[in-house]
Amino acid sequence: MRVRTLAVVLLAGGLALTACGKEGTPGESASGPTQQVATDVKVDGSKTFENITKRGKVVIGVKEDQPNLGYKDPTSGKYSGFDVEIAKLIAAKLGFGDDKIEYKAIASAGREQAIINGDIDYYVGTYTINDKRKQQISFAGPYFTAGQDLLVKKSDDSITGPESLKGKKVCSVTGSTPIQKVKSDNLTESSNIVELQNYSQCVQQLEQGAIHAVTTDDAILKGYAAQQPDLFKVVGKTFSKEPYGIGLAKDDKALRDKMNDILEEAIQGDGWKKIYDATLGKSGSPAEKPVIERY
Amino acid sequence: MSASVLFDVPGPRARLRYRLYGVVGVVALVALLGFIVYRFAESGQFEAQKWGWIQYEYVQLKLLDALWNTVRAFAVGAVLAMVFGAVFAAGQLSDHRIIRVPSLVVVELFRAVPLVVMIFIFHYGIGLGTPFYSVVLGLTLYNGSVLAEVFRAGVLSLPRGQSEAAYAVGMRKTQVMMFVLLPQAVRAMLPAIISQLVVLLKDSALGFLITYEELLYQARYLGGSFEFGRPLVPITIVVAAIYIAMCLLLTWFAHYLQKRNRRNKKVLPEAEKPAEDAVAASA
Amino acid sequence: MDVLLDNLDLYGPGFRDTIELFLISAIGSLVLGTLLAMLRVAPVPVFRAAGTAYVTLLRNTPLTLVFFFFTFAFPLLKIVDASTFGGSASRYYFTAALIALILYTSAFVCEVVRAGINTVPVGQAEASRALGLTFGQMLGYVVLPQATRAVVPPMVSTMIALLKNTTIASGFSVFQAGAISLNLAERGDSQLIGLLWVALFFVILVIPMSLLQRSLEKRWSIAR
Repeated sequence: MRVRTLAVVLLAGGLALTACGKEGTPGESASGPTQQVATDVKVDGSKTFENITKRGKVVIGVKEDQPNLGYKDPTSGKYSGFDVEIAKLIAAKLGFGDDKIEYKAIASAGREQAIINGDIDYYVGTYTINDKRKQQISFAGPYFTAGQDLLVKKSDDSITGPESLKGKKVCSVTGSTPIQKVKSDNLTESSNIVELQNYSQCVQQLEQGAIHAVTTDDAILKGYAAQQPDLFKVVGKTFSKEPYGIGLAKDDKALRDKMNDILEEAIQGDGWKKIYDATLGKSGSPAEKPVIERY
Repeated sequence: MSASVLFDVPGPRARLRYRLYGVVGVVALVALLGFIVYRFAESGQFEAQKWGWIQYEYVQLKLLDALWNTVRAFAVGAVLAMVFGAVFAAGQLSDHRIIRVPSLVVVELFRAVPLVVMIFIFHYGIGLGTPFYSVVLGLTLYNGSVLAEVFRAGVLSLPRGQSEAAYAVGMRKTQVMMFVLLPQAVRAMLPAIISQLVVLLKDSALGFLITYEELLYQARYLGGSFEFGRPLVPITIVVAAIYIAMCLLLTWFAHYLQKRNRRNKKVLPEAEKPAEDAVAASA
Repeated sequence: MDVLLDNLDLYGPGFRDTIELFLISAIGSLVLGTLLAMLRVAPVPVFRAAGTAYVTLLRNTPLTLVFFFFTFAFPLLKIVDASTFGGSASRYYFTAALIALILYTSAFVCEVVRAGINTVPVGQAEASRALGLTFGQMLGYVVLPQATRAVVPPMVSTMIALLKNTTIASGFSVFQAGAISLNLAERGDSQLIGLLWVALFFVILVIPMSLLQRSLEKRWSIAR
């Protein structure tokens, strides 16, 4: 008897919870430039493109927790950011509008597997091009040249680059490449290194004043700076090179070439700059245009 | 347990003193709680913005999804862990060395390796695909091996007459274990089993480390959202409340079963004591 | 073997810090847990209620959430100033991890101790009071020696659980055995082999504890 009462209460509670929901987002949501959707696109010899056409929509792997880069709005589930806009641009030029895109949030560790399994058609999300990954998948691009940088409070003038980190508390994700670089190059004392689970937590600690700097790729840092340009700034002295590429199936050269063409055109024209200005550019930091590397 | 071993029944003066302690205790507790609430309020943790996420339908649905994922991992993990536990408890009690020794090794092994490491091995080391499998497998092996110990202790706590009688009726070894010993052991050990299941439920939270989208994963994601001022503290409070509620529900269920159990005369009263020790042991 | 030798700079400090974290929090939680058990059997109802509330709260919260609280919410209480804490970030997070582990584990220790005390028949205490023993004598000579038997084996289990729980600190800026594999992944070494070494390390630490537990159980089950 009591069990049944409990079940009813739970059910009623659940219903009440879902029924009183508000929709939409607080404040204005970031939206990038609208892309012209191409028609009658053909990519000969591309298996991936064949699949996309058959399915009638593109499945794109992205990140969901990098603001202004690859970000899922917690209140509406909509994706936005620089990487997402690049993904949209590619989809539009392949003939698929916003309504024919399905996003899949995939964390760093699962990217290669998702592409190999064919769970996604391509991946756009802080994906550094390197030879080790090229053995499993292939890259179009780079569409952005990132580099390790530092995020500090706007009022902080004491940190001007990697050489001025001594005695400062530096935060990044546990075991990540940037924090390992800080350790191996002895940029700061080992007792000043803070390793947390994600960058949001580092930024939260920076805001609270528990640490002095967050380090990782400047693209990611610019995303946070763009959220709160009055509070944070990116130092702007990169000390590594991380070319971001679009990950896709290894043997699909046809689609890769097509994507490179699309990117090339956007970079030469004003498409790329528009996307940058609407997203990462809000941080106030300029960016250099990347140079496509075909192979 | 109001009459404790350690203290005499208080006289009039002691009662007065206790009442004084009581007042001091209450004041201290209220002061502590008040201090925490005050500091949180001061740093803006109770501002509307930090709690705004609660009213969005999408957030609620996502939280329900996450809750369902937690429950799903728990349910599958619990069932499999019970099976694993029963099989390996029987294995440890086997008469054959060839079965007994490997069972012992397996149980000791999985009891020794931290769940985090096990889940990492399954997910990143071997690559089992969807995080769900790694989480469930980790929960099964770890809690299963603890449950095996519990079942074993349960069987050993049964009076020998039970198995002797069963053999006398002409049952074979497997039958004795399956139909006579294990069912009774499970009943005697119910509190310990349930408290291990509470551990299992809580441990399912470790799935967030390998991006299994359970409650804690969702909490971490929401906690980082700038729109609501990175509401880590509010979301931690809410999620903790949900976990505590779920665990209490399970514990309440345990007490309910225990009460029903007591009325059942088939279980001997002696069986209760080791069971209670084991509750604490399975912490 | 190569993975272990090539990354000794990870394994060495990782294992050392795991053991350090374990030893300090073990002592801390044993002390605090015993005090809590005292609260839970105290004659003052408020103390009992407080003890019960504490145990219920901590036992039913995932350890990760306790860590969450002490890493992100505790600084807001401004009991210690996060920016100047010993001038050392690693010490700060290490302390936070210690506090989280101690508070969490002490709830379990408390339950073990309480269950142990409850196994001693009331008559024992009454008899010792009748003989005129003081409270301390009663506790030291009569109740505790008998309770120990029921306490030690499950306490070993609790300590084994604590040892394994230290790995959760890896997400909270404490470098120990649990964080090794995350570093290896970025270095490009085989994660599987790296993780198996970590697992082996824990097996080596836990097996003696587990054997001790079994032998104590056997010895005392005869005495009972």
